[in-house]
Amino acid sequence: MLYSPQPMHIPDGFLSLPVSLALWLISILLIGSAVRRLEKTLSEREVPLMGVLAAAIFAGQMLNFTVTGGTSGHLLGAALATILLGPYPAMLVMTSVVSVQALLFQDGGLVVMGANLFNMAIVGVWSAYAVFSLVRRLAGKARWGLFAGGFAAAWSSIFLAALACALELALSGTSPANLAVPAMGGIHALIGIGEGLITIGALGFLYAARPDLLSSENRQQALNRTVWLGGGIIAVLLTVFSPLASSHPDGLEWVAEQLQFIESARPPFYEIIPDYLVPGIPNEALATIAAGILGLVVVTLAAMSAGLLRRRTQG
Amino acid sequence: MDEIQVALRKEESGLYRLDGRVKVTLTLGLIVTSALLPNRPGGAYLLLLSALWAAALLSGVPLAKLIRRGWLALPFGLAALPLAFTTPGTPLLTLPVGNGLTLTAAGLMRFAAVLLKAWISLQAAALLTLTTSIPSILLALCALKVPRLLITVIALMSRYLFVFGETARQLLQAREARSSRADGSRRAGGSLLWRARVAGGMAGSLFLRSFERAERVYAAMLARGYDGEIRSLPQPALSSGSYRLLAGGLLFYLLVGLFGWLTTGGGR
Repeated sequence: MLYSPQPMHIPDGFLSLPVSLALWLISILLIGSAVRRLEKTLSEREVPLMGVLAAAIFAGQMLNFTVTGGTSGHLLGAALATILLGPYPAMLVMTSVVSVQALLFQDGGLVVMGANLFNMAIVGVWSAYAVFSLVRRLAGKARWGLFAGGFAAAWSSIFLAALACALELALSGTSPANLAVPAMGGIHALIGIGEGLITIGALGFLYAARPDLLSSENRQQALNRTVWLGGGIIAVLLTVFSPLASSHPDGLEWVAEQLQFIESARPPFYEIIPDYLVPGIPNEALATIAAGILGLVVVTLAAMSAGLLRRRTQG
Repeated sequence: MDEIQVALRKEESGLYRLDGRVKVTLTLGLIVTSALLPNRPGGAYLLLLSALWAAALLSGVPLAKLIRRGWLALPFGLAALPLAFTTPGTPLLTLPVGNGLTLTAAGLMRFAAVLLKAWISLQAAALLTLTTSIPSILLALCALKVPRLLITVIALMSRYLFVFGETARQLLQAREARSSRADGSRRAGGSLLWRARVAGGMAGSLFLRSFERAERVYAAMLARGYDGEIRSLPQPALSSGSYRLLAGGLLFYLLVGLFGWLTTGGGR
């Protein structure tokens, strides 16, 4: 089978044990609560659907298109699964996909699987869901909302999952944050565009062939306040923490500084850091992230005022 | 896929006959141990590797295949490369890049250790998949208290994995067959957007097929008496031999860990 490893699956050995265990704990708690919720609400008909769709997403990751030269865009599928199934089933589907990739194909480690689950089944799914429902709400019943929302959801699921991945590498002291965050963020900002385009293509096809699958508003449960708050807090934490982390030297150097044995290593240390700081990478990152936050605020405000307007015209 | 099935055909000796629960626990134990070892290559890594390879040889898994699988994580090594330059230590050489990147001995050690950990862990995971059937892994997950719903979804997924893999391959083949190009033109297919839309349409049709197949699968399950509950036979208790092996393996990991930390003088 044509299966190539994805750049976002962290292998074992790249995260420290405390970081791996903490993320396992978070993932178990969140995915566990999703499973408990689904056990109550899911109809027996949807169980086979989730299994078969998980297999299709796994296979869908093989589909690619050439961008230029040797590079190609491909699909991760978290956003598409979220749009088609809703967030809780999508969490379960992505959990299955990540588990099978790790267990059967060694794509992504076992001890670090908690981190991979967190990035793809939690950050990927919920950021896609928040962005998609925001754009849908903005667009009202308009058709463009589906496609614009699909693109934005796909892009942000990839971008935020990559940011989370970079932060985990930095927290483990594997890559310095001032390198990992801009590098992972930059590459995946591009990969996200490919994901977004494929997602639009898939939604366009489904819209033409089976519009009933997409208009199922019953799948989209109303967002309650805790979900909004939780998603908002995660988004803000990620966006605020990334520039903070990337303007600091990596974890090990920070510890070294604290323990005062930086003295013995001064020459290489000072040779390295100005190289990373002076070209303005952290500032650039800061600017990007600030722009991201600003965009988030603007979109939220616009959505809220649109909602208010509609309520007023109805009432 | 072929590798898994070919390997499973000769279930006669060694790891093939071992209980899945023991194998999953020992594999996880090995990966945790390698994660806990100090960040410099040493004898402890060699001990883990030789235990792994001995187990593979005893069960007739070709080492070459295992080692080849181990390199899967190599591209990810790029993420750890800065370690070689940012770790304080004796400078080895300075690269003429920017203000000069200084390679340190300690940094090189840490970088090598990360790669070594990834390499060993990947081989351990590959050995597990090569010697354990999917149902046996699922039973082990069940014993590890993974929720039933999740296991059901994973079980269904693993059944249709290769079906949809084949479908995706056919879709790619069909696109290839219809994307002819005139001699002299530089690439087949239209603009980037067009190509992305085609790939998206293929993904969409894959999803549509999965929805349709799910309907059929549900109907077939219903016909056989499915009522929302997946039933399975209770798992047999672990034999005393399995317990001994499990205890021996975990003790070995503990000793390797101790050895690793003692021989490097407890880190720095």
